[in-house]
Amino acid sequence: MKSQNSFIVFFHKLGSPPHFYAIAGRLLPWLWGLFGVLAVVGLYWGLFRAPADYLQGESVRIMYVHVPAAWMSMLIYALMAGMAFVALVWRIRMVEILMISSAPVGAAFTLVALISGALWGRPTWGTYWVWDARLTSELVLLFLYLGAMGLHAAIDEPRKAARAMSLLVLVGVVNLPIIHYSVEWWNTLHQPASIGVSGSSIHPSMLWPLLITAIAAKLYYLANLFTRARLRLLEQDRRKHWVRKEVLAAELAGPEMDEPGAGAH
Amino acid sequence: MSVLSGFATVLRRDLLIAIRRGPEALLPLVFLLVVVSLFPLGVGPSPALLASIGAGVIWIAALLATVISLDTLFRSDYEDGSLDQLLLSGLPVSLVALAKVAAHWLVSGLPLVLLSPLLATWMQLPGESWGALMASLALGTPILSLLGAVGAALTLGLKRGGQLLALLVFPLYVPVLIAGTGTVMAAADGLPYTPLLGLLLAGFLVALSLTPFATAAALKISVA
Repeated sequence: MKSQNSFIVFFHKLGSPPHFYAIAGRLLPWLWGLFGVLAVVGLYWGLFRAPADYLQGESVRIMYVHVPAAWMSMLIYALMAGMAFVALVWRIRMVEILMISSAPVGAAFTLVALISGALWGRPTWGTYWVWDARLTSELVLLFLYLGAMGLHAAIDEPRKAARAMSLLVLVGVVNLPIIHYSVEWWNTLHQPASIGVSGSSIHPSMLWPLLITAIAAKLYYLANLFTRARLRLLEQDRRKHWVRKEVLAAELAGPEMDEPGAGAH
Repeated sequence: MSVLSGFATVLRRDLLIAIRRGPEALLPLVFLLVVVSLFPLGVGPSPALLASIGAGVIWIAALLATVISLDTLFRSDYEDGSLDQLLLSGLPVSLVALAKVAAHWLVSGLPLVLLSPLLATWMQLPGESWGALMASLALGTPILSLLGAVGAALTLGLKRGGQLLALLVFPLYVPVLIAGTGTVMAAADGLPYTPLLGLLLAGFLVALSLTPFATAAALKISVA
């Protein structure tokens, strides 16, 4: 029975910390580089080339940061929930580490979405903060991220902390739709229709830079996630043989901390 | 030991402990009274203002009182080792968790429901919303206990578990808070509020059927 698909072999190897460390290390320069290029192109296009909105004026340009951040804040929580499930059922340590490392990135995107939303609200709604349904849901999401991170930080033993956090994230993701719809209902109850972005259609001249910054945000997530996961691996496995080998290889490569993993094996 | 008699045993034991401890079990309730009484002092005694914020104040105080009492839900059993015995007893852990939550609600939730007319008087709520307040609390506080038990089990044995517990469960309480205050406000405005009570009931049933398993999983993580 040797008919093993090479992709499956590759996938299984990713679950092993030394392999993940090496593969992620090889991918990282590309991810960071591509993110940099797309971020510069997308932001330049959005901030300088794209037209201003006839209703919102120049402040519409905040969208090129705000919308990708808001998308990422929700996407990352959903990904964390998927990883939490896998981590609880199959107890794969690599997945646990990826889930834990996702949380700060997701929380940061949520914070960016909130702050950029507030900055957009000032000229558009005339105030920094409105208890708008989406802003409120986003704020609750930030609290969910902070709770998960707080629980993980409070438990000393790494595996136990990961499993507790996984369970909390799963409970959170079951609740999230309920929270979202209850907040929307509450909003229609208390507020007579505030101005929102008309979600009908968006002109291609604005859509393209938005798509580019959205992809840049996803690349940033991957790059940041892999960087964090590699550092967490080094820290957790610091007494293991493969880490010593990586550190030794890095020290041999030169006095300056070069990109480890590149020359190993 | 059959499953039902196991449930009854754990429930009776927890109630007995609460009664023997006496006034200690009532502390969250006193806390609730103090919190609600601070609001008129803080925002002024104007009846119109108090009536407009009353439902929210009572519900938020209920949330706070629940979280304060939840901290002790598993803690003493965890510290004296009886929780390990319960987990080793062969009873389904979700059942043990459910029994403990039921006892917790009877000790801290039910008195809150019974006390709510006094709170409604303090907050100058109109008479027609009292029924809605009691009904919403009667359906909503069990959800708070059930959901909070997951957080209490996750933070078991942590140094600052209490503070963390509040951060974990308050975001999850948002729908209950919205539906609960919505019920009372609808009743005060003379609107039909039974659909909202129906939502709370649905939430209660979902929480009742799902959270005991999450609590059981959390207990196993924390005690292991």
